[in-house]
Amino acid sequence: MKFESNLRRAQGLGSAKSGLHHWVAQRITAVALIPLGIWFVGAFIVLSTSPFEVAYSWLSSLWTATLAIFFVLVLFYHGYLGIQVILEDYIPHEFTKWAFIITIKLFSVLMALLAIVSILKIFLS
Amino acid sequence: MVQLRLPPNSRIEKGKLYPSSSKGPRMKLFHIYRYDPDSKDNPRLDTYELNLDECGPMVLDALIKIKNEVDTTLTFRRSCREGICGSCAMNIDGTNTLACIKHIEECKSDIKVTPLPHLYVVKDLVPDLSFAYSQYDSIQPWLQSSEDPPPDKERLQSKEERAKLDGLWECILCFCCTTSCPSYWWGGDRYLGPATLLQSYRWIEESRDEATGERLDALEDPFKLYRCHTIMNCTNTCPKNLNPAKAIGEIKKKMVERVG
Repeated sequence: MKFESNLRRAQGLGSAKSGLHHWVAQRITAVALIPLGIWFVGAFIVLSTSPFEVAYSWLSSLWTATLAIFFVLVLFYHGYLGIQVILEDYIPHEFTKWAFIITIKLFSVLMALLAIVSILKIFLS
Repeated sequence: MVQLRLPPNSRIEKGKLYPSSSKGPRMKLFHIYRYDPDSKDNPRLDTYELNLDECGPMVLDALIKIKNEVDTTLTFRRSCREGICGSCAMNIDGTNTLACIKHIEECKSDIKVTPLPHLYVVKDLVPDLSFAYSQYDSIQPWLQSSEDPPPDKERLQSKEERAKLDGLWECILCFCCTTSCPSYWWGGDRYLGPATLLQSYRWIEESRDEATGERLDALEDPFKLYRCHTIMNCTNTCPKNLNPAKAIGEIKKKMVERVG
């Protein structure tokens, strides 16, 4: 039985005093992904018809490797931020929600690291 | 387990048909949501046939005619009949609007009338808005100032300062926007919803108010404010043609402004 007032329920635990950073980061990464995405997909299309060695040497240059790592960081950060919002929207059960959010966060970091180490491996070889 | 269907007691059944006793060239069918909490029956859609030549032009006129002449048990809220009180907010023809300013002629085929979506239904077309009102209460929608009002004159505001409130003060709190918002449907226990946020922005923009910082502090929350994903249902549905989505965007801009 609950006698708490609607106002108390509406106030909840008060303001979390956060959310702005998440919102701004999601928008900045979205804008950054426009040129980075065009660059990456464009390069992918061009290189898809080239021999393996050409693609390998392309990724071995300093600027390409740096941009590729930057793209990976922005992509996975943006992806994580977006999926976090979707999970918060659609999973009302607190424990399940946090379990998913933490899993997605760790998975994003893992995938980003995997991509970065792969790029570095080519760059350093 | 994920629940994909409505719970059994919420499924809407086919109801009764009330044919019109008088016939004419302009006949119209109204399918109206009925739910009686005192019976154990499921909600149903009753169909009423009306001769529009004997009825006023608005959907509210039709509802009043049905209540007066066909079925006195039909329950709905109404008061001003001119779009200023917000009482008769309901879903008509798939869109939340006010029955008193919605022309019957605007609806091409049969007219389906249901209560505002995703709220508990008290009876028929009367939804329970008490939690939405409490959310409005939680933003402290009144002028806050450290000084008492001067005894001999008003608190002054220039024409330019007053103009900033245009598009905000007209909100009549009918909650058509809030109950059209999918974010509010899924997260309405924490998300304040467009109506309350528009009202909050009305006080943030108020030149005579001195609690702007506290108001922004109270809103800076991933759920209270940032559940708005610019879906724009609020702006599309507002019967007063206001733009709650823009007001929410302005609050977000203010949040950025104060850290930048």
